[in-house]
Parts: sequence; structure tokens; C-alpha cells
Amino acid sequence: MSGVLEKMTSSAEKTVCANCKNEITAAEKANSYFICPKCGKYMRIPPRARIEYLVDGGSFTELFGADIHADPINFPDYKGKAEAARKKSGENEGVLCGRATIGGYATCIFVMNPEFMMASMGTVVGDKITALFEYATKHGLPVIGFTASGGARMQEGVLSLMQMVKTSLAVKRHSDKGLFCLECVTDPTMGGVTASFASLGDVIIGEPDSIVGFAGKRVIEQNTKEKLPPDFQTAEFMLNHGFLDGVVERKNQRDYITKMLMLHGCKRV
Amino acid sequence: MENTVKKAYDKVRLTRSSFRPTSSDYIKAIVDDFIELHGDRRFSDDPAVIGGIGTLCGTPVTVIGTEKGKDFNERVARNFGCALPDGYRKALRLVKEAEKFNRPVLFLVDIQGANPGKSAEERGIGEAIAENLYEFGSIKTPMLSLVIGEGGSGGALALSVADEIWMLSDAYYSVIAPESCASILFKEPSRAAEVAEYLKLTAQDLYEMGVVERIVDEPDFSKGVPDSFMNSLRDALAARLNELKKLNKKKLVAKRYEKFRKIGRYAEFAVR
Repeated sequence: MSGVLEKMTSSAEKTVCANCKNEITAAEKANSYFICPKCGKYMRIPPRARIEYLVDGGSFTELFGADIHADPINFPDYKGKAEAARKKSGENEGVLCGRATIGGYATCIFVMNPEFMMASMGTVVGDKITALFEYATKHGLPVIGFTASGGARMQEGVLSLMQMVKTSLAVKRHSDKGLFCLECVTDPTMGGVTASFASLGDVIIGEPDSIVGFAGKRVIEQNTKEKLPPDFQTAEFMLNHGFLDGVVERKNQRDYITKMLMLHGCKRV
Repeated sequence: MENTVKKAYDKVRLTRSSFRPTSSDYIKAIVDDFIELHGDRRFSDDPAVIGGIGTLCGTPVTVIGTEKGKDFNERVARNFGCALPDGYRKALRLVKEAEKFNRPVLFLVDIQGANPGKSAEERGIGEAIAENLYEFGSIKTPMLSLVIGEGGSGGALALSVADEIWMLSDAYYSVIAPESCASILFKEPSRAAEVAEYLKLTAQDLYEMGVVERIVDEPDFSKGVPDSFMNSLRDALAARLNELKKLNKKKLVAKRYEKFRKIGRYAEFAVR
């Protein structure tokens, strides 16, 4: 199976690190977990590449991948923006769902995709995540979720907001069956996603260089004129305030998650 | 549409007017024997959230409402009704206490949005809202959420996971304030009125989308609050909560799940 990472290793494409401005080749990126080899800055990973780092080779099967163009309240410019996001990200929505094995343990997995309208949660994203939790509940599987999101998607109005409830209730049903859920918050996890399933795992970890919170930093500064500390809303800040179990480096996430699946009595196949 | 129908943004502005009754007015008018209960048993007592127990037409109920305050000083003291994590945790504590005693819960929602501040983030405003959504879904007692003014995003949602959501006829419920949406999407806060129409945020819109169960016709509050309005509201709430009380608890919780499950559901994602 030729994956995203394999293609990258033979690509001559170069990108510039947003932090240190050095040029990085696609091969360097693929070999370094999308962490700048020069300055160590974490870059965002396309969801399929992230899945390749995490799961056992070739074990991923996509679920709920149907391509739905939702525009339930006919919001101006929404169709065009979603179309542009499709082209830019190569994905049809802001979350990728499926099942796979990690270290031999069968699991459901979802990865949100900030390349797609900042992985904002509209009805499709909400319904896919809800369906994945219901699927996991039905099949007795754990859920591993990688969150990233600007929050609820404005272009679907209050229907987006209601996805926060829908997903949270599905997480509860999954939990009530004694099933394990691990959430890893990645850059950026904000608003309605922080205020729903991203905060509801049995174990919640964060990735370095991630911004995690509810209200945006600028909104808070404008509203309160408070001086905010430089580490405000970083994963480390959330760890220090008691909202994360740990900040786990990308290269260690597969081992960490495998151990967690083992420690929670998940089944090896 | 007839021209007497208010525009969406007229309604938004109306919900922010000072003559509109706030949660404490509703409690005074419709709840007897009310005793306020304070604090989240974790950190503080959020002045933006009022909670307590009283009777509604003779039946004990737990009432929890966001309170903006009546005059400027009270508004400042109550953070303009923008609830802190402590307020949502107080609500959770009181709802669990209500469940224990099989007492129905009434939420009164009137909030611009959850508190956007440093301490709200430090104490996990996102986690506090998430926890309420998660827990309220399976509380085994009837719950009804009445939106009396502003239904401001996640801050309102954390008091709306209920068997039914009712809205006053000029109340609104939105994913984002129209002003913020206009400034983010169109870079022009002045287009708020136009954006308010796009957002489909009126009680009538939400009823059509199947998000709310009932619209409560409101009087012109600028002319005062008629007793007849509060009396019929009290009777309607008591009647509905009593009906919900008769439902088997398992069925009640299953119906609540389905209420939210059906919003934005796609046949393509059916679970097999």
C-alpha cells in the first residue's frame, strides 16, 4: 500500500517553516513527523498522514466517508468556501473517521483536519463523529480522537451548535458501556469542540505547540483588557491548570496510546 | 411575510433592552417558596447564575437561570450575565440534586455568551460546558429550558440540554453573535442586521428547524409585564413538566437523546 508518507519521501517539494523560515523538503517533513528539523516547531499534519504514523500499516478502513455538501440554512458564500476547502485539503470534510488497529488493538479513530475550514463543526462533522461513537458502542470498540477546530461552524447556524450536544450525548452512551475514549487535542482546538467531545475523554492528552481553549485570545483581550500570559491557552497551560493528563510528543504518541489501550483492557486482534 | 413581522436583528436588539424581564423577574412571578442555593462546591458562587428550589403550581421544581442584572451596578456585579465555569458547575450540582429527589428542572436562558475572560479559561470554561452537555443528557428527571432573551452560543447551550426547549417569540438562539459573525466572515461588524437574517436565529426559525418545541407569545415588554402573561406561562410550564413526569425515566432519557440525535442527521452515515 503506497501511503501519503511514502509519496512524500520521493517528492522534491519544499515548504518553508513558518517559525524559522528555513526550507524543508517533503521527505524531511515525512521523516520528522512534520516537525521542523531545524527549529523543532510542530507543523499541522494532514489527517491521512497522521493516521499512517499512528496505526498498524494498512489497518485503516475509512468509515462514514460519504461526500455530503451540506448547506442547511443557505448561508452566503458557504458553498464556495467548502468547495475551496475540498480542493485545498483533498478531503471532503473537516474530519476523517475509521477503524484500525494500533499496536494490535482494534479501535475506532477520528482525526480532525484544520485544512478544511479550520475543522469547524457543522452538521456533517457532528454527524460523522456521533456515528463513529455509536459504531464504537455497537461494536464494543474504544475511540481515539485527534481534535482540532475553530469551533462550531458559523455557516450552519444553530444547527452547528446543536452538534455539541449530539456528540457529547453519544460520548456518554459509549462511556456508559464501559468503553475507553482517549482524546488528543492538537493545534488549534477551540470553542464548541473544546466545550464538547474534546473535553470528554477518559484520558485527554495534548500535542506540543497546540493552542487549546474556549474563547479566542484576542476576544478575551478586547473584552477584558487583561494582560494574558505568553503561554496562555497552550497545551502546557492546560496541563498546568489540570485539564490535560499529559503533553505527549508526536513520536511517542503511538506507544502512549498502545499502552493506554492495553491498560484499559482493550482487545488485541 | 406581513410587514408587522420583526426583522431578526430587531429581535436581537430587543432581547438586550433594559425593560425586558430577567430570570429573577420570572422566578418572582411564577415560582413560589423560592429558596436560592449558592455555590459550586468547587471554587465560588457565580453571580451570573441563579439557582434554587421552589414550587411551580404547587409542585417542587429546581430553577436555574442566567441573570444579567437590572441596573448598571447589578449588571457589573453579575458580569452582565456571562457565566463562569463556576456557574455551570453550580448548575450541574443543582441538577444532580434535583434528580436525586425526582424534582423537575427548569432552566431560564438569557445570556450573551459564556464569560470570555482569563479566569474562565484557567478554570476550564470549555470543560465545564462539555460536562453539562454530557451529564444533562441522561439526568433521570424532566427538564425544560426556556429561552427568555439571548441564547448566546455554548454559554446558553450548557443550560439547554433538556426534554424540551421553549423560546419567547422575540428571543434568539445563535451559534455566534451576529456582530461577531459579520466581523469574522465579512470583515464588517456593521453588516450585523443582514447576518442576523442569514443565521436563522429567531424562535420561529428554530421551531421550523425542529430545534425548539414551543414558542411562547410574548407581550410588548416596553409597556410592562402583564400578570396574565406570567400566569399563563406558569400554568403551561407546570402542565408540561407534570406530563413529562409521568413518562418512564428510561423512555424520558431515550427521547432526550433522540431530540438532539435527529438534528443534522444524514442517512448516509447510518450506523451498521
